[in-house]
Amino acid sequence: MERRVVITGVGIYSCLGKNLYEVKQSLWDGKSGIIFDEVRKSMGFRSALTGHVDLPNLKGILSRNQRVYMPEQAQYAYMATAEALKIANLGQDYLDSHEVGLLYGNDSSAEPVVKSVDTMREKGDTTLIGSGGIFQSMNSAVTMNLSCIFKLKGINLTVSGACASGSHAIGLGSLLIKWGLQDIVVCGGAQEINPYSVCSFDGISAFSTRESEPTKASRPFDRDRDGLVPSGGGATVIIESLESAIKRGAPILAEVIGYGFSSNGDHISVPNVDGPRRSLEMAIREAGIRKEEIGYVNAHATSTHVGDQNEAKAIAAVFDDYKPEVTSTKSQTGHEMWMAGASEVIYSMIMMKNDFIAANINFENPDEDSAKLNIPGQRVSKHFDTFLSNSFGFGGTNSTLIVRDFKG
Amino acid sequence: MTKGEIISKVNSLLAEEFEVEESVITPEANIKKTLELDSLSLVDLVALIDGEFGIKTNGAEMSKVGTFSELYDFIESKIA
Repeated sequence: MERRVVITGVGIYSCLGKNLYEVKQSLWDGKSGIIFDEVRKSMGFRSALTGHVDLPNLKGILSRNQRVYMPEQAQYAYMATAEALKIANLGQDYLDSHEVGLLYGNDSSAEPVVKSVDTMREKGDTTLIGSGGIFQSMNSAVTMNLSCIFKLKGINLTVSGACASGSHAIGLGSLLIKWGLQDIVVCGGAQEINPYSVCSFDGISAFSTRESEPTKASRPFDRDRDGLVPSGGGATVIIESLESAIKRGAPILAEVIGYGFSSNGDHISVPNVDGPRRSLEMAIREAGIRKEEIGYVNAHATSTHVGDQNEAKAIAAVFDDYKPEVTSTKSQTGHEMWMAGASEVIYSMIMMKNDFIAANINFENPDEDSAKLNIPGQRVSKHFDTFLSNSFGFGGTNSTLIVRDFKG
Repeated sequence: MTKGEIISKVNSLLAEEFEVEESVITPEANIKKTLELDSLSLVDLVALIDGEFGIKTNGAEMSKVGTFSELYDFIESKIA
């Protein structure tokens, strides 16, 4: 018999706040985490807009020999994971004596690569790159650091699925638990936010250039959207078998009831309708629920013209006459990319636990497709117990999660 | 640069980078034990000394240096 998968811990470090409490307040207030970054402008960016996240000060928390291997996004992920482990009541004694897994979404580590090459070119000696360069540069930098710091002994793997990485990490982790291969998996997503990591993305004209109004630049589903705003941070979702959670006396926050996935098999950057539609349908089928049981849809919508348009079509096709509220929290956060699939599960859980749906800020005028959805431009007071979260990425990778409040 | 200046600079540099109290750095103390260096952080010691004193060295050469006193002598010989 397949095992039920519950969420027993969450932690977040994002442009909306450095912990769950701060993020909840920002969601409630409809606060934007987007700024204009002078440094990017001076570097030659088309758009100097970005989510803003302060680097945590880990000196005094982690030793020098732990910190030296951590790129920026691993530091965010550490903060989020420390918060999640605390909520899940998972102390070091437990982690030392059980095979707790780690599946984290990450799909780049650009800055350490650039800095290493700069040093080599300047000094002509690779030794001077230092010991941190190699470990910080690898795509698995987040999982290799977290697994060593928290001494995790189960599966240890980075999930790289572009902007669906964090969502796939949770989905794949849920399968491992469902099938009895792991009891607990620390899942999540992390995203670096430095200019080096997104300069090439800026170069393909994907970013909003509404630089005069940074907080209005990310406007998913709005008629006048003109591109996404890059952002980042870290988000951790600890999933666990129901049996394990009960046995530990852990707080059971919610249940992962559906994971759907698909590939567009189409264009590298332009999303289509069929791929996302199949991902949504699979998630609903796997959850074994009627679509009418879904009270809220957290859309992937990044504020790009074609992406939002095709997601709106896919959602409309799947939900038909039923119109649950649909919002994109990226209107507040910008696009948290590798992290987004995990952070948006957390944002949605915060809303579900507090009976509200955060405003899809900057949604002033619908276009032809978004007009067919129920998109609130203002915060809505609403009790719901099940939500669906979409994450799509370059190469046409799609992931959909359905999470339900825990009912016992 | 005088020997005293080398000692003062090395001690403050290593205490800051490897997060130890400067008082634990004594001439006869073992560098690896005092700074808790493994094979990886030895690379950082090489990079640090090179960056500060402009000395071209490598891990193999540096691994032969056992105590801080030997390190001071090593640097003095290289910049002489």
